[in-house]
Amino acid sequence: MLAPVNHILPLTTIERERILPVAGTVTAKLNQKVSSTDMIAEATWSREHVLIDVARALSISANAADRLIRVKVDDKVAEGTEVAVGKGIISRTIRAPRGGRVVAAGGGQVLLETGDASVQLKAGIPGTVVHIIPNRGALIRTVGALIQGTWGNGRIESGVLLNLTEKSDDVLSASRLDVSLRGSIILAGLVKDVETLRTAAELPVRGLILSSISPGLLPVAQQMRFPIVAIDGFGQIPMNSAAYKLLTSNAKRDVTINAEAFNRYTGARPEVIIPLPVSQEPSEPIDVDTLEVGKTVRMRRAPHAGAIGTLTKLHPGLSSLPSGLRAKAAEVKLENEEKILVPLVNLEIVG
Amino acid sequence: MPVSLLQDNSLLAVNVGASSTRAVLFDVVEGQYRFIASGQAPSTAEAPYKDITLGVNQAIANLQTVTGKTLLDQDNQLITPVQADGSGVDAFAATLSAGPALRAVVVGLLSDVSMQSAQRLAETAYLQVIETFGLNDPRKPDEQIDAILRARPDIIILTGGTDGGASRSIQKIMESVGLACYLMPEEKRPMILFAGNQSLTDSVKQSLGNLTPSLHFSPNIRPSLDTEDLVPASRELAQVFSDVRKRNMPGVDELNTWTSGRTLPTAYAEGRIIRFLSRMNGTSRGILGVDLGTTAAVVAAGFNGKLTLGVYPQFGLGENLPGLLRYTQIEDIMRWLPLDIAPSVVRDYLYQRSLYPGTIPATKEDHAIGHAISRQVLYLAMQEARRNFPPEARLLRKDLMPLFEPILAGGGALSDAPTPGQSLLLLLDALQPVGITSIILDQNNLLPLLGAASESNYLLPVQVLESGAFMSLGTIVSVISPASYGTPVLRVRLTYDDGSDARAEVKFGGLEILPLGMGQTARLTLQPLNRSDIGNGAGRNATIQVAGGVMGVVIDARGRPLTLPEDPVRRRELFKKWLWSVGG
Repeated sequence: MLAPVNHILPLTTIERERILPVAGTVTAKLNQKVSSTDMIAEATWSREHVLIDVARALSISANAADRLIRVKVDDKVAEGTEVAVGKGIISRTIRAPRGGRVVAAGGGQVLLETGDASVQLKAGIPGTVVHIIPNRGALIRTVGALIQGTWGNGRIESGVLLNLTEKSDDVLSASRLDVSLRGSIILAGLVKDVETLRTAAELPVRGLILSSISPGLLPVAQQMRFPIVAIDGFGQIPMNSAAYKLLTSNAKRDVTINAEAFNRYTGARPEVIIPLPVSQEPSEPIDVDTLEVGKTVRMRRAPHAGAIGTLTKLHPGLSSLPSGLRAKAAEVKLENEEKILVPLVNLEIVG
Repeated sequence: MPVSLLQDNSLLAVNVGASSTRAVLFDVVEGQYRFIASGQAPSTAEAPYKDITLGVNQAIANLQTVTGKTLLDQDNQLITPVQADGSGVDAFAATLSAGPALRAVVVGLLSDVSMQSAQRLAETAYLQVIETFGLNDPRKPDEQIDAILRARPDIIILTGGTDGGASRSIQKIMESVGLACYLMPEEKRPMILFAGNQSLTDSVKQSLGNLTPSLHFSPNIRPSLDTEDLVPASRELAQVFSDVRKRNMPGVDELNTWTSGRTLPTAYAEGRIIRFLSRMNGTSRGILGVDLGTTAAVVAAGFNGKLTLGVYPQFGLGENLPGLLRYTQIEDIMRWLPLDIAPSVVRDYLYQRSLYPGTIPATKEDHAIGHAISRQVLYLAMQEARRNFPPEARLLRKDLMPLFEPILAGGGALSDAPTPGQSLLLLLDALQPVGITSIILDQNNLLPLLGAASESNYLLPVQVLESGAFMSLGTIVSVISPASYGTPVLRVRLTYDDGSDARAEVKFGGLEILPLGMGQTARLTLQPLNRSDIGNGAGRNATIQVAGGVMGVVIDARGRPLTLPEDPVRRRELFKKWLWSVGG
């Protein structure tokens, strides 16, 4: 049976397509080296529109109004610009109530777009621009360690990784955050209170890598200006041992958090990337693999959610689970040597 | 039935859900259509696969393993019709529910006329209504344009005006819709369904035809002020859904090739079969179909051939689970738990499950939380659906469910329960049926596939429904009573065909089961006590012939509406007792 692969890799080649939500200008150049926070593209779009109903204002037909309209599509108009001037002894002038760009004119109406908003697209990962996607973004490649998570607050930042944990289920409290951590990315376990997040923001830190996050903290975590990534999900799940080992062994290195929101359809996931120097590029990770004996797997659901083990036996047919359900299942040996029965659909491959 | 009347011999039907893809084979056995077998595989609409084809092929491959029949060729193409060597099938049908709910903007005129009908229409498909506009919308046209742009709709439903009635106001709103579409990048423009004043059809074509990838028309959903007809529009909306999926979900195009463009939304197909059954039913009672799955909770109720279909993505058991707490309190979920579990654990579960909707519970605790959530979402879906039931729905009391016979239940959450008793108890708790009804479990989730098959073959659903492919859970007698807890409310006598009988006196608050196996029949004599009502009026006796089921005859004297004890310890004890009553 095929299973999705959760990437927790000490060394791999990582390629990420970064694209604008709307068409814009790509500022990155082919083969350019970028850091995760470098802007590679930008776009502007109008936040609001203003509809000027010339025909109605002048109490004339749409056709008649069209003949009086003095602006055309793509014209940039300032506030107060004459949009149309009526005829007659006492002619009335219709002016633009706000500055903007004419996006439509006809049918006796003029539509302006106003209030430009802009978006700047960051590289998201440190690496080399290997392909430019005209008007939309770029493909960036790097080599390093990759740890994928399950929840992110949408921010991107790089910094030195500092480990504040002694074990994978440690709880980070506000009292452990002091000024020496300013500007760092913190490897924490669980965060149970809002105060800890606020203290981290006050320092400020450059990022938090959590094992899991309480749903009650999500609204505050979303507001934080630094990236927060939860590796294993929600509640009080200890960090999976593969991710924990990899992160702790890379403490004091420069790491990047791209806390992109999990999107089940596009495959976007929050991730931690640790760029590493290599003489030869390793292969890119695969996204799907076959569940086979010997594969390293991660449990996706209770009672061992997040735990890492080795698939030791694929049971034929259906197996009875403690829940009473019958399903295709496998025997998995956990790191403490305990052997457990896990439904295949609750497994993902680590690699 | 002469074999010559059969239109095709074999039919392969595939249902692509958010979590699972099922392939089902129907074929002719001794001159009758029969359900042969099914194959299942995890769905592959989501990353990392991002193409439903893989899941479809795997489900069919698993079906091939079960049946020993080759259905796909070496290039994974469907073999059709049946070949000389026995490989292949004669016909193919498919339903689809995978993917996020479509983002919809609903436009009408009057809030209590076309807007209401448009909202009801939107509820017949996997839609999430992001914005609504009506005649009384206080926003200026440019604000409406910005609201549509912010909504990023996949579809805009345009309604309003009775046939030959108002047109100017609709045209005004249409201008805003057109301008908003014009401002969107071409590849992101929504599909548009017009189901309003039919005299505006040409005008709509002229104004919006070039501003949408696909403009659909249906007869007016409010042809007159006092008439509502959602059926044709609902059918067209199903087509729009398929078109949107074809546009943005890889693999749907290929599936459409196999179905000759007739891939149906699963909920629509389920509604179609319920309407079909309702037409055949010929009683004053309705027919109820419920489907609880990852994408949505679906309630389809047929009354005298008329269908009320409610599709509620907000009550699906997948990616929308964290949003459930916008519609209900955590305590409302907790009340259904037979185990002592902290609210924080239930809240964490909602979020964690949304990450991996295709996973299944491995422990009793995990399973208990899942079933508590299922009870609550099905309960909420029923309450929502009730609002749209027609006046002809026969009610015993305004605050209770109408009378239904039978109730058909399917969807992963119901069909995958460890025991039939657990499925039954979940349904009794969530739906709280009244009177005498039978409950049938669609354990192979065939109903929507039969609905899809009926598109081209009316005989197949009828014969499969009669064939025993569904699991009858039994006959349920629900007692409404003003009596207090522990007071006798019903005297029951079940006389078996061999003359023996089983008797019981059921007290208020009790849940009793009298055995009556599948295929058996018996005479059931019911004598309500203390002004209790079993659907015929307070204190009125009934003697009926009943058919058996996996659970037999179930007397649910726990009251309607079901009121649970406030004390959590006592409540959990009761739940354990009820679970024990239905076999654990």
